[in-house]
Amino acid sequence: MKPPLFDYVTPESVEEAVAARAAEEDSVLLAGGQSLLATLNFRIANPALLIDISRIAALKGIDVGAGEIIIRAMVRQREVELSDAVHGANPLLREVLQKVAHTVVRNRGTIAGSIAHADAAAELPAMLLATEGVVDVQGPGGTRVIEASDLFKFHLTTSLAGDEMITAVRIPNLAPNTGWSFKEFARRRGDYALAGICALVTLDDNGRCTKARLSACGIASTAVRLESAEAELAGSTLDENTIARAAKAARDCVTAADDSQASTAYRRHLVDTLTQRTVAVARDRALERRAA
Amino acid sequence: MATAMFGERVQRLADAKLVRGEGRYIDDIPLEGALHVAFVRSPFARAKILSIDCDAAREMDGVAAVYTCDDLGRLDLEMPLLIPHPSLTEPRTQRPLAKGEVFHVGQTVAMVVAVDRYTAEDAIRMVDVDYEPLEVELDLEAAIQDDAPRVHADVANNVAAQFVQTVGDPDDAFARAEHITKIKVQVDRSTAAPLECRAIAARWDDITGELMVWDGTQAPISVRGGLASILGLDEDKVRVTAPDVGGGFGQKVLLFYPDELLVPFAAMQLGRPVKYIEDRNENFIGSSQERTQIHELELAATKDGEVLGLRDSFLHDTGAFIPYGIAIAQVASTSIAGPYRVPNIWVEFKAVYTPTVLVTPYRGCGRPQACFAIERAMDKLADELGLDRFEVRRRNLIRDEDFPYRRDGLVFADGLPLEHDSGQYGKALDMVLEHIGVDAFAAEQEAARAEGRYIGLGLGFYVEGTGLGPYEGSHIRIHPITGKVYVNTGLTCQGQGHETVFAQITADQLGVAVGDVIVVEGDTGVFDWGVATFASRAAVVSGNAIHKTALKVREQVLEAAANMLEAAKEDIVLEDGKAFVNGVPDMAVTLAEVATASNPLRYAFNEAAKTSTQFAPAFNHDGPALGEGDAPGMEATDYYSPPHATWAYGVHAAIIEVDPGLCSVKFKRYICVHDCGRMINPTLVEGQIMGGVAQGVGGAHYERIEYDEDGNPRNANFMDFLMPYASEVPPVEILHLETPSPLNPLGVKGVGEAGCIPVGQVLVSGVADALKPLGIGPLEHVPLTPDMIFQALGGEKDE
Amino acid sequence: MTRSIRKVLAKESSDPRREISLSVNGEAVTRSVSTRLLLADFLRHELGLTGTHVGCEHGVCGCCTVSIDGATARSCLTLAVQADGAEIRTIEGVAPAPDILHPVQQAFHECHALQCGFCTPGFIMSVVSYFEENENPDLGEDAIRDALSGNLCRCTGYQNIVKAVRRAHELMSGEA
Repeated sequence: MKPPLFDYVTPESVEEAVAARAAEEDSVLLAGGQSLLATLNFRIANPALLIDISRIAALKGIDVGAGEIIIRAMVRQREVELSDAVHGANPLLREVLQKVAHTVVRNRGTIAGSIAHADAAAELPAMLLATEGVVDVQGPGGTRVIEASDLFKFHLTTSLAGDEMITAVRIPNLAPNTGWSFKEFARRRGDYALAGICALVTLDDNGRCTKARLSACGIASTAVRLESAEAELAGSTLDENTIARAAKAARDCVTAADDSQASTAYRRHLVDTLTQRTVAVARDRALERRAA
Repeated sequence: MATAMFGERVQRLADAKLVRGEGRYIDDIPLEGALHVAFVRSPFARAKILSIDCDAAREMDGVAAVYTCDDLGRLDLEMPLLIPHPSLTEPRTQRPLAKGEVFHVGQTVAMVVAVDRYTAEDAIRMVDVDYEPLEVELDLEAAIQDDAPRVHADVANNVAAQFVQTVGDPDDAFARAEHITKIKVQVDRSTAAPLECRAIAARWDDITGELMVWDGTQAPISVRGGLASILGLDEDKVRVTAPDVGGGFGQKVLLFYPDELLVPFAAMQLGRPVKYIEDRNENFIGSSQERTQIHELELAATKDGEVLGLRDSFLHDTGAFIPYGIAIAQVASTSIAGPYRVPNIWVEFKAVYTPTVLVTPYRGCGRPQACFAIERAMDKLADELGLDRFEVRRRNLIRDEDFPYRRDGLVFADGLPLEHDSGQYGKALDMVLEHIGVDAFAAEQEAARAEGRYIGLGLGFYVEGTGLGPYEGSHIRIHPITGKVYVNTGLTCQGQGHETVFAQITADQLGVAVGDVIVVEGDTGVFDWGVATFASRAAVVSGNAIHKTALKVREQVLEAAANMLEAAKEDIVLEDGKAFVNGVPDMAVTLAEVATASNPLRYAFNEAAKTSTQFAPAFNHDGPALGEGDAPGMEATDYYSPPHATWAYGVHAAIIEVDPGLCSVKFKRYICVHDCGRMINPTLVEGQIMGGVAQGVGGAHYERIEYDEDGNPRNANFMDFLMPYASEVPPVEILHLETPSPLNPLGVKGVGEAGCIPVGQVLVSGVADALKPLGIGPLEHVPLTPDMIFQALGGEKDE
Repeated sequence: MTRSIRKVLAKESSDPRREISLSVNGEAVTRSVSTRLLLADFLRHELGLTGTHVGCEHGVCGCCTVSIDGATARSCLTLAVQADGAEIRTIEGVAPAPDILHPVQQAFHECHALQCGFCTPGFIMSVVSYFEENENPDLGEDAIRDALSGNLCRCTGYQNIVKAVRRAHELMSGEA
C-alpha cells in the first residue's frame, strides 16, 4: 500500500495553485491529506499531479466576526475545535468536530478539505448545511460563493469546477435564541457515522419554534437537509409529540441502500431516534440561552 | 531460601527496548541492498488463468525479477498438509503461485521483486493476467448441496472432511429425555489482525552456502525443516529466526505462506537480500482467518434440567484450503460439552471448502464457537424448563469430586484422550455471581426499566484444553565470566512475556535475579529442538522443560560448589547469584566462579579465568583436568512432553446496557473468574485475559470478515473491519482461582486463548436478558451487530 | 539451484526526487527523497528511526503516530515532502536520556501496558501529546479511553494502557 507516482508542486499563492489546477486536468489539491493519502496508498486515486496548498500563507487563519466565522482553507480542524472565539460564536462547531475521526486526524485535516471531499457520511458537510454556511471559491475566472445547499452533488462530488478551489468556509454565528445539537451513531469512536443529525432550532419569546434547521450525514448520497422534519417543527412549541412527528418525517429522508453495517430500515430507526434526541437538546439549549 | 519468583508480579524484561521503539521487528532489520516483494493477486474468487504476461513488468526500471509458477522449478508444488487425519479424505493445500486456476480473491498469482516496495507495487499492475471467472457459492449450507459450484473441481459437495465422535450412548439418552432443547447457532468469520502484518526477509550467502531467514513465524524450527527440504539444503545451512514479532494469535503458525518459500528462493536466485513486508490489505486477503461454523445442537434433559445427552452437527468453513487439517473443527467438537458432565455425546462435523481465504487457527481455535453453541443451548434449556439459567448450569457442572473427568470416545487435537484434569467449576460460578451481585441485580434491573433503561446480565462458562504436546525442550547454561544464566527454548514469543516467566522459573532453581536470566527463543541457530507457539502451550510445555532443565543445572551447581567450599552438597544454598554454606554466608562462591571453575582453562584471558588455569591452586594435578564422564561448564538440556492437554476454564459475566433507540450496547461491568492452575506471573496472566476479552468483544460485536456473493472481500481494511479501540472495550475485573494441574511438575495450565472464548455468549445472553421486556427474538448469531438487535426487536415499527 | 546471470540493478528507484530539510528529534536533516515517499518510510528507512511502526497505511491503527510541529500525526498519511521545514518528533526523541525513560514510557513498563510492543510507540506518542496539550488532563475512564481511541492495540485489551496514563500522570506530578 504505497502511493503511485505523481508530480508534486507547492504553490505559494492561490493564483498559482489555481493555475496549476487548470494546467493539469488530472490534478488534485493536497491540504491535510487525511483522506487523500489513504486513497493514494490504496491506489484508488492515481492523479498525475498533487498540488500541496499548505504553503499558501493566504489560506491560513480564522476570523471570527460579528456575523460569521471565516475559516480559511488551510485551517486544521483541531485549531477550529480548540478556538474559544469560534466556540463563542457558534458552539455547534466544537460539538461536531469532536466527533470527526480522532484528535490525531483533526490535527492535520482541514475543514475545507473535508467539505471539498464531500463524503456522504462525513460530519462537516452536514454541519455546513445546517448552519447554512457558504464556501468561497476561486478559479481561473475569479472568485464566487457557493451556498451549502448548492454544494453537495453526490458522494465525493461537489459543484466546484475542476479548476476551482475552496479558499474559505464561512459559517454564520449562532443566531439569538437558538439551540444546537449534533449526535451521531458510529460503530466505533471516530468512525464515519451510520447516521448523524445536526439540529439548530430558534425559539421566540413564547417558546415557539421560528426556525428549525436539521441536516444529516450517512443516510443518503450526500449530506442532506431534513426539510420535511423542519416543516413539522416550525411554528410549534417543540413538545414531545411534535418532535416525534418530525422524527418520523426525518426517517423518509433516508435513501441509502442496505450496507454491511446498516439496513435501510435500521438507518430509518437511527434517524428517528437521533432526530428526537438532537431536537430535544437543541430546544433545551435554546431555552437556556433565552433565559440567560 | 529467598522469595520464590514463581507467582510474583515481576515486571517484564522485554519492555525497556520496546517502549523506546528499539524493538527489532523484521522490517526494522537493515539489510544492505535488499530487494522488495509485491504479489500479483487474484481479483476473482474462482477463475481459470488463461494467460499471464509479465513482459512489461520485467522491463520496468528497478524490477529485478517477476516470477510465475512456471519460473519456480521445484517450488511449483502443493504446500504440505501439516496435520493429516483419517477423516480428512479430500485435503487440498495452497501453492506458492497459482497454477492454471485460482481459488480465492487474494491468492498469489505472480511475484515481483524490485528495488523498493513502491516500484514493486507499480510493477504488479503491469502484469497482465487473463482470467475466465467461474461460478461460486459462498453460503456454507448451500455449498454442501449436490449441485453447488465446487471450489475444487474434484471435491464433491465441497466437503474436505467429515468426522463423528461419540461418548456413551446418545440415542438412549435422547430416548429417555423428558425434554429436548434444539438450537441452531452461527459464529462468523474473523481474523487475527496482529498489528504487525506477516513479514519475512532472507539473505543467501554465496560463499558459505548459508541461508539466513528472518520470519515473523510462530514456528521457526518447522519452517527451517521445511525450507531445507524443499530448497534442497542441509538443515544446518538454514537458520530461521523470529525476532520481535508484533502479535501472532495463530495466524503466524501456518507454514508455508507463499512468501515463506518464495522470499528465500528469490534471495538465492538474485544474490541480494529480499524482503516481503505484507501490507494490511494483503493480511486480510492472503493470511489465514477463522471462525465460521454453524451448529445444530440438541440437548436431552430431565425436567429438572439435568442434561442426559448432547447431539451436535456442525459445518466448519475451512476456506479454499485446509493445510492445518481438521484441528479447529476437532477442538470445537471436543469442547462442545463445555464444563458440563453430559455423559452421552454425539458430535459430527463437516469441514467445507469455500472460495475464500484459507482457514487455520486464530486465538480460540474452535472454542469460541463450541462455547457459544453449548452456552446458548443451556440458556435456552433453562428458559424452556422455566428454571434459573445459573441453577441449570450448577446442576450439570463437573463436580470437584469428578476430576479427573474423562470423556471416553473423544480424542482431542493432540491425538490423545480427553480428560479434564482438575478444577473447581462450581466455585467459579458462585464466585462470579457473587461478585457481580446477582441477588441485587434483579432489583437494579427493575429500577432501570422503570426509567426506560434496559440492563441485562450476561454469563458464559468455558473450558480450554491447553498445553498440547508433542514436546518442547530447553537448554540452560551459566555464563562462566558473568554468571548470567542463558536459557534457550524452541518456541517463539509474540509479546506474551515468555522471557519474563521463563526467567522466573529458572531464577527459582538457580538462586539468581530474574534480570540475570537471559532467555533466547525462536532462533534455530541457538536451539532447534521443539515445535512452536500455539494452543496456549508455552508456559505448560516449554515452562516445564525449562523447570526440569534448571533442576539439572541446579544439581551441577550444588555439587561443584560443595566441592569448592568443601562442604556437604545438602548444606549448599543458592541465593543472590551465589552458592554458600547454610548458616555461613561468608563461605560463598559466585555462580560465575562455579561456572569458571568447572571449565578447566589454559589461558587466563581475564581475572576470573585465572582460577581455572593449570597452575592455579584449585587445579587437580593428579589426573586429567576433566574427569571421565564430566562435561565442562554448568549446562544441561531437557525436555517435557505432556501426557495430554491440561484443561483450564473460567466464567465471565457482564452487566450490559442496551439503548433500544440506537440498538447499541455498552458493557457496564465485565467480570472474569479464571483458573489456569498455578500462576507463574499474575500480572501477565491478567494481561493475557484482558487482551483475550478485547478480542472476544471484537468477535462478539464488531469484527466480521465480509464477502459478497461473488466472493469479493468487502471490508479488507481497518476502516471497515471494526477492530475495537479503547473506547469500545470494557475494563475487566479479574478474580483468580488456582487449581494446580496434576499433569506437570509446575502445576500450570495455559492461558493464552482463554479470554476470547466466552465473550460472544456473555454479550448475547446479556442483551437477551436486557431486552426481554421488549420481546426480543432469539439471538443465536455473533457478531451481534446493532442492526441484528434492531431486527430481533421486530424491525421497523410505526409508533 | 541453477543460478541466473545477474541483472544490473539500481540501488534505488528512478522516482522524481526533491530535497527536503527538516528537524527530527532536534537534529537538522537534509535529504533528497522520492516525492511519493511516505513520512513513515522516510523516518524508518532513510533515517533508520525504526521505532515508528507501520501497521495499516491508511490512518486507522496509529502505530505510525509521530509529532509534527508539536501535534500528533499519522506518518503514513503524510508525505515526506510535506514535512519539509517541519519539526518532527518520534519515539526515539521521547526519552530524556539514553538511560532514562520518559514518565509515560516508565508507566507503560510498570503497568504492563504493552505486550508485543508493535503499537506501543504510537500509543506513547499519543499519550505524551495528551499530557503536553492538557495542563490539567481529565483522567476519568471515558476521557482517557477517548484520548486513546485512534490507536489500536491487539494484545493488551487497553486496560493497562489506561492504567499507565494515570500512572504517568502520577510520575509527572511527582506523586511517587
